[in-house]
Amino acid sequence: MNAPDAQSAQPATTGHDRRQPGWRAWALLAPMVAWLVLFVVVPTVILLVYSFCERDEVGGVIFSFTLDNYTRVFDPVYLRIFVRSVGYAGLTTIICVIIGYPMAYYIARAPEARRNQLLLLVMVPFWTSFLIRTYAWITILKQEGLLNGLLQALQLTSSPLSLMYTPTAVVIGLVYAYLPFMILPIYSSAEKLDHSLVEAAYDLGAGPLRAFASVIIPLTMPGIAAGTLLVFVPAIGMFAITDLMGGAKVPMIGNVIQNQFMQARDWPFGAALGVVFMSMFAVTYLLLQRRGARIHE
Amino acid sequence: MLNRALGVWTLLGLVFLYLPIAVLVVYSFNSSRLNIIWEGFTFDWYARLWANGPLIKAAKNSLIIAGVSTALAVVLGTAGAWLLHRYRYRFSGGIRTLVAIPMVMPEILMGISLLILFATAGMRLGFTSVIIGHVTFCFPFVLVAVQARLQGLDPALEEAALDLGATPFKAFWFVIIPSLRPAIVAGALMAFTLSMDELIVTYFIRSAASTTLPIQVYGLARVGLNPMLNALSAVFILATVAFVLFSAYLKKLHPR
Repeated sequence: MNAPDAQSAQPATTGHDRRQPGWRAWALLAPMVAWLVLFVVVPTVILLVYSFCERDEVGGVIFSFTLDNYTRVFDPVYLRIFVRSVGYAGLTTIICVIIGYPMAYYIARAPEARRNQLLLLVMVPFWTSFLIRTYAWITILKQEGLLNGLLQALQLTSSPLSLMYTPTAVVIGLVYAYLPFMILPIYSSAEKLDHSLVEAAYDLGAGPLRAFASVIIPLTMPGIAAGTLLVFVPAIGMFAITDLMGGAKVPMIGNVIQNQFMQARDWPFGAALGVVFMSMFAVTYLLLQRRGARIHE
Repeated sequence: MLNRALGVWTLLGLVFLYLPIAVLVVYSFNSSRLNIIWEGFTFDWYARLWANGPLIKAAKNSLIIAGVSTALAVVLGTAGAWLLHRYRYRFSGGIRTLVAIPMVMPEILMGISLLILFATAGMRLGFTSVIIGHVTFCFPFVLVAVQARLQGLDPALEEAALDLGATPFKAFWFVIIPSLRPAIVAGALMAFTLSMDELIVTYFIRSAASTTLPIQVYGLARVGLNPMLNALSAVFILATVAFVLFSAYLKKLHPR
């Protein structure tokens, strides 16, 4: 990092105010801004440009202007995949809230020592690679896997069940991968919950259900919204889990995009699918932000 | 009563989270090739893992990529956090939003857009392209970690250093950096872990020579069951536990 050797021209401010940046402060920030522009903004713009181009016979790109890629996105075949992706991701999100909310709430209300222990227990799966955690389920659900072995050893089934490559397997994989991402944001807003408000609800004659529905849920909504953003959107585009757990039988939008870029080599169409997915992401993000989601806490 | 029910639910949730991982680790010591029946205790799969050329090569690649990406992410993230904290930039709201994008953007979109960028620029895929991708999604996490600590930092610290005649750079280097160390270490650990585990972005922007461990594991997991993967997973899980415990220890040592 280059730094000015001479004393800065500006005197140190007396208060705690932040200073006006001089050219040096701008120069120091420039690498980071340039990095973000070059590797986040520019690629997104090029993606948008590609989505209006055509492919040639060998998988190259012809720069032209066509809406064909977008017309194709709305072809029933792909539309169905979009709907399925959103459906599975939605189901995953709902299951994560159902399993995760009570856990997060309990952890947030636990005495401090206990709370820290429980948090550590959630952190380990949170930081463990989703690939490894998905593989764990493969060893359990595969035809020659543990669950079938167990069922046959107990003579509950005579022939192995086909558990893998089903929608259920995909949703199990997604829920298992994303559950910690739902628990932590809900925990952080449940922890800030002022419990005297809940007690006030009780004092005013609300039952536990009523207090939960009209006090606790609204106050922890930012956590639910942040969790949804961390679960719902990534789950739509997650091709690895759907590929491992669902095989080719249950393709989701991520699998189609991946296929266009790596196998079919139709980059413009893949880019158009990407742009549509990105708009879905942007809309979800804005909607959730409006609900008062604070994502980075 | 209600609290008890919540407690039981939490316990069940934790069992759901841990049982598959535990099973994975236990069966990495099973001498049977087919996972179902327990035939006896063995370290054989770990030995085979160690002798597996492509996996070890991929692991080395991953360590190199994670190491370089973490170093760059720490520099960009720490400098960025300090500058955004210290100076009132024009567009600083916009810059913050830009920093947040790589953290929330779906990985597949980052992967394909970077792939298209590199293709358009005529850049060959390899270590550089993978490291660029990894730095892009790692450094915002360092920035946020450091920023959180800066908010709790006494502004008098820097002022005192400046009053005593330090240049702004010296004040930053000798006063601010040391007091940010726990956050920098925590951010670096986070960046390293994120980079080691990343699959999706890497999948689009690597070359055969710069294949990372997760890519290799993904390929093997697609084929089917392989006790060697259990052994590898056990190593990864152990490393994750160490990481989480160390992060918790850092937090305990330097509470905000």
